[in-house]
Amino acid sequence: MGISLTRAAQWTMVSSSTAKLVSTPMNESLLKEILHFVEHFRSQYPQEAEHVFEEPLQWSTTLVASDFKTDYDISDSDVQSHERDSEGHPLLQLSPPTVYVRSFSQLSKLLHLAHDKKLAEVRACLEGKFESNLHPKQSNHQHSSITHRLNLFVLLVTLYSHPIMLNPKAVKNEVEILQVFCGGGDKGLLKSLRYTSDFEFSNGYRAPLWRQVQGDICYLVIEPCDTETLHITCSTAGIFLNGGIKQEGEENGYEQTSDTYEDLVTLLKSRSPHFAEKINQVEDLIVCLIKKSEAGLLYFRKTSAGALPGEPFSESSTESEEEEEQPYRHPETNTDLPSEYWQIQKLVKYLKDGDQIVTVHTLCAMMDFNLMQESCQMAIQDTGALKVLLNLLDTDEHKCEIGSLKILRTISHNSQIRRVIVDMRGVQSIVKILDSPVKELKALAAETIANVAKFRRARRNVRLYGGINKLVSLLDCLPNLASLTPSQEEDIEVACCGALALWSCSRSTKNKKAIRKAGGIPLLGRLLKSPLQKMLIPVVGTLQECASEESYRTDIQTLGMIKDLVRNLSSDNDELQMHCASAIFKCAEDKQTRDLVRKYKGLQPLVSLLHKADNKQLLAAATGAIWKCSISQENVTKFQEYKALEILVSLLTDQPEEVLVNVVGALGEFAQIPANKAAIREFGGIKPLVKLLTSPNQALLVNVTKAVGACATNKDNMVIIDQLDGIRLVWSLLKNPSADVQSSAAWALCACTENAEDAGETARSLIGGFQLIVKLLSSTNNEVLASICAAICKIAKDEENLAILTDFGVVPSLAKLTNTTDDRLRHHLADAIAQCCMWGSNRASFGEAGAVAPLVRYLKSKEGSVQRSTAMALYQLSRNPNNCITMHEKEVVQPLIHMMGSDDEELQEAAAGCVRSIRLLYMANRNAELFTFRN
Amino acid sequence: MSKISAMNKRTTQTLAENISKQVEHFSKKEVECLIREFNVLMAEQNNSGRAVHGLDRGKFISTLHSIFGLTDDRMTGRVFRTFDKDNDSVVSMKEWIDGLSVFLRGTLDEKIKYCFTVYDLNGDNAISREEMLHMLKGRLIRQPNEEDPDEGIKDLVEIILKKMDYDHDGKLSFEDFEKAVKDENLLLEAFGTCLPDFRVICNEKYCVKSPFYPLSVNVDF
Repeated sequence: MGISLTRAAQWTMVSSSTAKLVSTPMNESLLKEILHFVEHFRSQYPQEAEHVFEEPLQWSTTLVASDFKTDYDISDSDVQSHERDSEGHPLLQLSPPTVYVRSFSQLSKLLHLAHDKKLAEVRACLEGKFESNLHPKQSNHQHSSITHRLNLFVLLVTLYSHPIMLNPKAVKNEVEILQVFCGGGDKGLLKSLRYTSDFEFSNGYRAPLWRQVQGDICYLVIEPCDTETLHITCSTAGIFLNGGIKQEGEENGYEQTSDTYEDLVTLLKSRSPHFAEKINQVEDLIVCLIKKSEAGLLYFRKTSAGALPGEPFSESSTESEEEEEQPYRHPETNTDLPSEYWQIQKLVKYLKDGDQIVTVHTLCAMMDFNLMQESCQMAIQDTGALKVLLNLLDTDEHKCEIGSLKILRTISHNSQIRRVIVDMRGVQSIVKILDSPVKELKALAAETIANVAKFRRARRNVRLYGGINKLVSLLDCLPNLASLTPSQEEDIEVACCGALALWSCSRSTKNKKAIRKAGGIPLLGRLLKSPLQKMLIPVVGTLQECASEESYRTDIQTLGMIKDLVRNLSSDNDELQMHCASAIFKCAEDKQTRDLVRKYKGLQPLVSLLHKADNKQLLAAATGAIWKCSISQENVTKFQEYKALEILVSLLTDQPEEVLVNVVGALGEFAQIPANKAAIREFGGIKPLVKLLTSPNQALLVNVTKAVGACATNKDNMVIIDQLDGIRLVWSLLKNPSADVQSSAAWALCACTENAEDAGETARSLIGGFQLIVKLLSSTNNEVLASICAAICKIAKDEENLAILTDFGVVPSLAKLTNTTDDRLRHHLADAIAQCCMWGSNRASFGEAGAVAPLVRYLKSKEGSVQRSTAMALYQLSRNPNNCITMHEKEVVQPLIHMMGSDDEELQEAAAGCVRSIRLLYMANRNAELFTFRN
Repeated sequence: MSKISAMNKRTTQTLAENISKQVEHFSKKEVECLIREFNVLMAEQNNSGRAVHGLDRGKFISTLHSIFGLTDDRMTGRVFRTFDKDNDSVVSMKEWIDGLSVFLRGTLDEKIKYCFTVYDLNGDNAISREEMLHMLKGRLIRQPNEEDPDEGIKDLVEIILKKMDYDHDGKLSFEDFEKAVKDENLLLEAFGTCLPDFRVICNEKYCVKSPFYPLSVNVDF
């Protein structure tokens, strides 16, 4: 399967409007394969099968209403499925002869109903019209979308159907597909993937003959983007890591060094977090592709493999949502183009040959076409009109410039045209027009930039040609005068367009800086006072985009924009509310901002936005703002008055991840107040929280573990968490590749262990749990280390657990960390050491492992918590004479005596105890000496 | 001598006061400037002893050319005819100032009316196919392989009619023209440049020559 088969699918054009699959043995077998795949898709991949397509698959079916049975509403000849999407549209709809299907699950059900007509249905489905509303009468589009659809199926088949018994062909296909996604820096799935041997035996094997007998097919060397190089053996039994076969013929290195995986993707997923993340995106993309036929597979390849490897752009986080550059697409033939195409072509001729007056007429005539329609946009591009339009911008004939820009601003909605405009150095010309004294021209130019600057090369061009400064100067107007002269009104219009353009441009980090440097922030702040929504949306949009920069957040706060943002939270426009909320979300990291939001009474409107549960983007922004605001306890108290907690808990289920992350984050903050811990339980929030511990989303996991940890400090909550197997779930998150998740889970583990009834036993029941903890002590992340030390301290309170930990070598692992200078880690490390001293000969072992001397140095730390923990640890260690000697050598007595004078009784006691041990040893020593002397 | 100039000044003032009452957009002070300007133009004009009360066609067109940058012969002739409301082949002071008020300060409505009059060659209150053809002729570079030199223009006229002829009577009535221009301002000077470029008004010597000349201008763009 795979690419080779796609190539093999043979299409023919029967008439101008439909494409047919030729009846060849190859195609028949392909159809059967697809049929088989689709039929079993539902049972094999239930989750994916439920995914609802944006655009339905539609085709003329031979099925009639009577073929459908239960699960369908049948009225006359029409049929609708009981299954519906979130908006209540049926997932399958039949209005003879056309059938619309919107999920794989429905497709496979339908094929099931079709019995012996299955094959015909699959064929019809592939040949069926695709996005017919977009490409009327355009056979070449039709054709490409059919091949494209076919590709999709084939791809899905390859990605999802893995043979259990591997064969050379399957391996080869998988390697071929993965190779497509190699390279391209961080955007690629892998850095590189190659066979160890270029020679392929006639049976498809590449392993040497003596290994083929063992079942080895070939060996691969894969460089993932984030971990070390993997040496992989593909054998008929499965895929596993080997001892490192670099070249054919080496005798050693063939032994298996990992588990066996059933395919390459699974193995890579488990080894490379980067790969796992990217492959998920690829799978998502395939689903996207079902709704987006444009540019087909190439688009897919470009986005996943990275269109621009190694380009030195610095972009903000929002970048991921944006479009990637797409390859050029040209019609293959000129037959059957719509009449608009020819009409436009004729106009272009006049455009090229006419004088100014004729040009204006031609431009006006062009504007009368539906320029949003792709065929018209293509006509403009193909006939060279785009070049003429851009040339007109340099003519100084403002009528022509206006006409040209009016067309450009519309057709630049098409991503391909945007790219051509940039390629033809159009940005330069458009930016120049921003200086024009004609206000209409300025506004049009800014509006066009707003459309063109949707991808980073365009944005970069705008900046390089000085566009940012010019755009910022457009913002200079008086937005909130009671009465306006016509000229002032024009200024406002210009400012609106300027803000729109800046909004698009602000997606690039360097542009954010440029806007700031050009003095854009105070101007945006002034426009924020405008009463006009069309002004406010781009202005707030820009601000929230830029608020990812620290400097902007400070300015937004100090220039008094929080007040206006809060005011617009109560606007009646969802989009504006969303941008305001997300600006607050980003700014409220800062305490003063949080206080200002409260001061300007922004908390109540935020809570009331939670009721707009249908608008997920708005909900995500509002919950985000609530989360960040609730970091201040005073805000939590206020939120309580508005019953925010109850609503938040209700949002724990059936929400998209971006909402969940924020909701859970907020609950984590709310739960810092003891009363709220109980309240969360009463509203039934514990169960969904624990359930979210199994989510694959790392950002969500960080928040969930934090919230669960906060809730766990309440005994009653802990009982529920325990019942739901929460401890095991939290513990297993220590295996997560993300350091943030690891540390957050470890902190939660502390709370759980401390408060659970029989935590010790639960911990022991988890196989491999202790090993995992000790293994994490070799992490390079200080936060992970600190949290694990804290967890060890709690777990080791149970003597039996401490014994097991000791067996797994916790003592040398802790001792290795003692050289750290991080105070937070020192604090928890010292605690852990103190606790681990309680077992067997651990005190001596710490001494032998060289942990004592570095600990003495901790006493110099200014941090009270470090001093205290260290004193305790030293006290414990001092009960071993050898440790006392080391301590004494490192001059521990002086600082300890100093600490005895501390106000902290525990510290006093520990310090004194330690000094006492040293003293006792000294005395015993002297007595012994005296004794010897006497004799 | 000083007596005469003083008297002249007084007449100018009275005249200015009268005209500024009849003409829109200009203050008395501004009209005074325009009168002075008109007199300068009159003095430049070679009257060869005849007593004339206005600018003749030649002087008018060369003034349009030099001051307002209007160079299209087909149009300047029509502009003269439009300025010359009483059809006496000269543009009087009153007609001059009247015309300039549209030229420099005209509202969109006034400009639409003015342009329509310019383009309505035979004065029948409609712009016919033939009139358009006449005005657009030669504006398209002829391709060597084309047989009929005007084929492109004829085709263009059809395109224009399709867009602007709302009542489908095969010609543009004033209402058609007005509606089309209001819809798309770019069509104001649809058949030839007959209004000064605003940049000329703002920057050119016309302002330099008369320092009191009002700089602020209504521009529809």
